[in-house]
Amino acid sequence: MDPLQWAIDPWGKIVPIHIAWFLIWVAVIAGLLFIIVHAIYLRYFAKPKQFEPGAAPVLPTRIPEHVPRHSLTARAFHWIMAASMFTLLFTAFLPKVVIQFDWVTYHWIAGAVLTLSIVFHIIHASFFMDFWSIWPDRIDLRDAKRRVLRFMGKPAPPPERFAKYPLENKLYHAAIIAAGLSAIVTGVFMMFRVRTIFFPRNPYLFSDMTWGMMYVLHGLAGVGLIALIMMHVYFGLPPEKREITKSMIFGWMDRDFYLNEHDPARWPVETSAVETSTPPARSQGARTEGLTDAG
Amino acid sequence: MAVIRDVMPAFELAQPNSIADAQKLLEQQGENGWVLAGGMDSFDWLKDRIKKPKVVVDLSGIAELKGVRATPDGIEIGAMTTLTEVVQHPVIREKYKLLAESAELVASPQIRNQGTIGGNVSQDARCWYYRAGWPCYRAGGNICYADTPEGRNREHAILHADRCVAVNPSDCAPALIALDAKFVIRTSKGERVVDAEDYFIGPDIDITRLHILRPGDLLTAIRIPSTWAGAQFYFEKVRDRNVWDFPLLNVASAMMVSSGSIERIRLAVNGAAARPLRLKLVEDAVRGKPPNAATGEMAGKLAVQGAVPLQFNAYKIPLMRNLVKRAIGGVKEATWTPYNGQ
Repeated sequence: MDPLQWAIDPWGKIVPIHIAWFLIWVAVIAGLLFIIVHAIYLRYFAKPKQFEPGAAPVLPTRIPEHVPRHSLTARAFHWIMAASMFTLLFTAFLPKVVIQFDWVTYHWIAGAVLTLSIVFHIIHASFFMDFWSIWPDRIDLRDAKRRVLRFMGKPAPPPERFAKYPLENKLYHAAIIAAGLSAIVTGVFMMFRVRTIFFPRNPYLFSDMTWGMMYVLHGLAGVGLIALIMMHVYFGLPPEKREITKSMIFGWMDRDFYLNEHDPARWPVETSAVETSTPPARSQGARTEGLTDAG
Repeated sequence: MAVIRDVMPAFELAQPNSIADAQKLLEQQGENGWVLAGGMDSFDWLKDRIKKPKVVVDLSGIAELKGVRATPDGIEIGAMTTLTEVVQHPVIREKYKLLAESAELVASPQIRNQGTIGGNVSQDARCWYYRAGWPCYRAGGNICYADTPEGRNREHAILHADRCVAVNPSDCAPALIALDAKFVIRTSKGERVVDAEDYFIGPDIDITRLHILRPGDLLTAIRIPSTWAGAQFYFEKVRDRNVWDFPLLNVASAMMVSSGSIERIRLAVNGAAARPLRLKLVEDAVRGKPPNAATGEMAGKLAVQGAVPLQFNAYKIPLMRNLVKRAIGGVKEATWTPYNGQ
């Protein structure tokens, strides 16, 4: 089973034309398998979360009851991106596996919306948010090693509480960046092959081989996103993650959840008093202006 | 590249003698099966090695698929009925002359003797890039070679193009749409009857097919209701060679005129898009108006709204406008030569 489909172009060269469509099912099955295995792990094997005790616990009264996490702008971006992403996936793959309909126009319109929203997000995240808060830092890597060792039953100190985003969030974000940008960049070029309002058609912009590789990359990113989105939805549903999901709707999370899961030193929030019992910020994610605004 | 080879490639030949057996065979073979009706389109594909089915299901031995039968509400034409039989059938000539006219303009007498009505409406696109075996959209690839600045697209679509610009080449299809025919399809789930206009699909829905038949499906018959029996008909086909050619465009209309105005009308064109187009907006616009040149003029202009010409087919826009105009206002000026019974 060749994961790619090949053809002979008019000049006799063998070129890839797109992915084999069975990869859609591979992605769906991979996503489902991940979900099932993870759910079994959580139910039967996972130990209760243990964190390294903080050096100086923060006084709960100084933390607002609703800890701000996502600004309205960040939430709007997330849901616009989600809507366009679902539209893109449904219009791309439903006609291949379930029902045929006129999908191309909806697909490129959703693609244009996604592209604009991502461009906005890059600018917003780079200049108006704490850019580094979503990237793994040294403590994340050290704690990841600790968690693996402890899972394997080897002695290791417990990890610290999370910064604004747990390492899993950060890795997921990186995977979405890789798949999403691949789909977006190739998709923008692919718009030259259909009639849109943006630019005149030019199917000869690249060679057949380059076009073929572009279609393959677009397809691989697309099926990769199927699995990634399935995982994302799965992680947003369980009760223990509800606070995180809620924060993407209302913008805040409960103080108790914040104190249980997050390290105020790594993700400080504005407290009600000038004097604070928390130690000084250690990570790059401690700039006050970026505290509530990461996507 | 497509190179005509004289020798037929190897395939397994199945010759069922019932619709049920044929459908079962096609269902079993799926993508590997090929329906052989009259063979007028099939043999090119097979000899060119562009389509490489493993099993060819020859329908010629199935008696149920042949002939014209009267039904309580019109007639039923078996999908394997030859075009010549359609042209010559007395009931069709008397009541549904539009279909006889369209069938008589298909290709040559030899081809009409062998070609079937089911094959005519189900034949594949004539775009030579596609026929040459190039990896275009219709062939499952990612480009349309005809829709390029240098592409030879004189015969291609002016309406509803969506990446692929090939057109449907059937002459009988618009006539059947105008007659409000129903297509009977045998699928693995049983019998399905669809309106003629719904039998055809464009590239926006499926870029690799011109009709709704999926592997395992079989068109078994075409039913024509008596609704339009004896109506005023008009069929005109424009082609490069009048002795034998595919249509550049064709138009078919069935009209009921009462007290000097159009009471009911069905109008369809083919060769303008990847599927024969029923011009419903035009029908609505001319209903109640006299079938004259002024109404035809208005109808023609309305029919080509939204047309987008390619590099070499802009002529199709005035051509379609004029064909529609004549179909409305020039019913008595049809230019085709009637069948003389010989």
